[in-house]
Amino acid sequence: MQGSQHRALALHGGVLAILFLLQFVLPPYHHTNFTSIMVLATYGIGYNILIGYTGLLSLGHAMFFAAGLYAAGLTVHYFGIDPVSAFVCGAVAALVFATAVGLVALRTTGVSFMIVTMMFSQACFLLILYFNDVTRGDEGIVLSEAARQIGPLSLTNPTVRYNLALALFAGALALCFVLIRSRVGRVLVAIRENEERVKMLGYHTFRYKLLALALSGLLAGAAGAAYALMFGYVGATFASIEYSIYALLWVLLGGSGTILGPIVGALLMFYLVEWTSEVTESYRIVVGAALVLLTLFFPRGILGTLREKRLRWLP
Amino acid sequence: MSLGPHLLLALMEGTVAAFVLALTALGLALVFGVMRIVNVAHGEFFMLGAVLAWAFAHLVGNPALGFLVAMIASPIIVGAAALAIDRLILRRFNYQPEATIVATIGLLYIIQQLVLIFYGPDARSVEAPINFRIQLPWFGYSGYKVIVAGIAALLLLATWYGIARTKLGLVMRATQFDSETAQAFGIPVDRVYAAVFALGAMLAAIAGVLIVPIKQAYYLMGLDPLLLSFIVVIIGGLGSLRGAIIAAFVIGISDGVISVFFSPNLSKILATLLVALVLIFRPEGLFAGRTR
Repeated sequence: MQGSQHRALALHGGVLAILFLLQFVLPPYHHTNFTSIMVLATYGIGYNILIGYTGLLSLGHAMFFAAGLYAAGLTVHYFGIDPVSAFVCGAVAALVFATAVGLVALRTTGVSFMIVTMMFSQACFLLILYFNDVTRGDEGIVLSEAARQIGPLSLTNPTVRYNLALALFAGALALCFVLIRSRVGRVLVAIRENEERVKMLGYHTFRYKLLALALSGLLAGAAGAAYALMFGYVGATFASIEYSIYALLWVLLGGSGTILGPIVGALLMFYLVEWTSEVTESYRIVVGAALVLLTLFFPRGILGTLREKRLRWLP
Repeated sequence: MSLGPHLLLALMEGTVAAFVLALTALGLALVFGVMRIVNVAHGEFFMLGAVLAWAFAHLVGNPALGFLVAMIASPIIVGAAALAIDRLILRRFNYQPEATIVATIGLLYIIQQLVLIFYGPDARSVEAPINFRIQLPWFGYSGYKVIVAGIAALLLLATWYGIARTKLGLVMRATQFDSETAQAFGIPVDRVYAAVFALGAMLAAIAGVLIVPIKQAYYLMGLDPLLLSFIVVIIGGLGSLRGAIIAAFVIGISDGVISVFFSPNLSKILATLLVALVLIFRPEGLFAGRTR
């Protein structure tokens, strides 16, 4: 146990160190890609807490990402607050929103939960379009460069962006790492395995599921807020069902219920879609085929399969 | 037009939409009820029906004849596709609920991409098979829409008859009630599942064929019917066919009225809020009779 703890810490520290060092060797184009992959992986880690560790399949996570994105982007755009407060504002908005959604949606279980989250998310997407005057709908809002300035640091500077994205990702990774090793994390996994039995043992499972959803929404919202501030754009596409499906795909591909799964999945999918868009226009078929093949042949994803076969200690 | 006739028009539009929605949602509810799985690609079967209707109308040339061919051939083609999906994919992981959701999301993308390749990104319309208007004192109304409602009503009745009164329906209900016992009594459960999955897809495809002369065929048109069907099955109580049909009319008609007077987006937002309220006060659905 002690040995596996050290190995796990070394592995995750190593991954973060590699990501830190990569910024000195990556060409500018991939440098920007990695920045956005780390932010998106943070969103994936949030999603993984829900599906991978608690066993709740949501198809509406884009609404939490969008809550953070819009709460941060709109406050900067309309009230001119500084990016740090805007980021906090985005994360808190997503946390509150996820808790509210959880209070309603967690009254259902299994497939109904998936349907309900998907519908709520679509309602949010439509609300963004409906309040077109404020949000500018599909067209979106571009945040000015002057508004994206933290003291002497400008969020338009690639190095600043990369390291902030890395810090965000590291924070999410650490949170997930600590969570699943804590007592709460173990209860969540127990709920995934057998909710009835956990209930029978006297746990108030609703509260634990709500906590998982709130944390998951917080991470998704933090990623959304960071995305808005770093890339200076806020648009309705980020709230569409497609963005919920991406999170699902990254997590399943990387390995649901593994801490590093989301970044592995996000990285692979990002470059796979990128590579196929160069050859054809058919990114949809890649996403679709990946989902079908995963369920048929690799239900545990890359790291999940690896853990089963070789690395039993992999968290 | 003054308020009265305007409201009448909105109600008529809503009722036609409700009949089409009821067909689509019935397919989804049937698949969920018997097989306990959610088919996220259900809307794509609807879209395939519509696109095939355009293809047949285009091939045949004569609108009325093309419509008739499409009414028969489209559901058969879509049903065959559904059978293949059942065999090749869903059965392999034994209809495990989460895996089914993920796989059908994948199918949604694959079907959309195939339609995009072979049919293109344009929205195309089809001429209605008949061309007469019913003249009311205030406005003329498309005769085709009345026929759509009629055909949909007949199909709903036929489905009800099939489930409630035939041997096949009995076998289906037995499988729904307890698939293991049904298997023990010699019912070929996997064939029942395949048949139900194909039937659900065919209902959606027919709805797609019916809608295409009213709306246009477009490769992304499947999302709206999917989400509306989801709303309907949640409000009606998951798996309850009667509940789904009642809810389809509540949602379809109110959607029609709100869309005419305010905006289609607002109507979908309100429908979702209604779902939230239903979940808070009656998590098992408004019209669910017995729960299993």
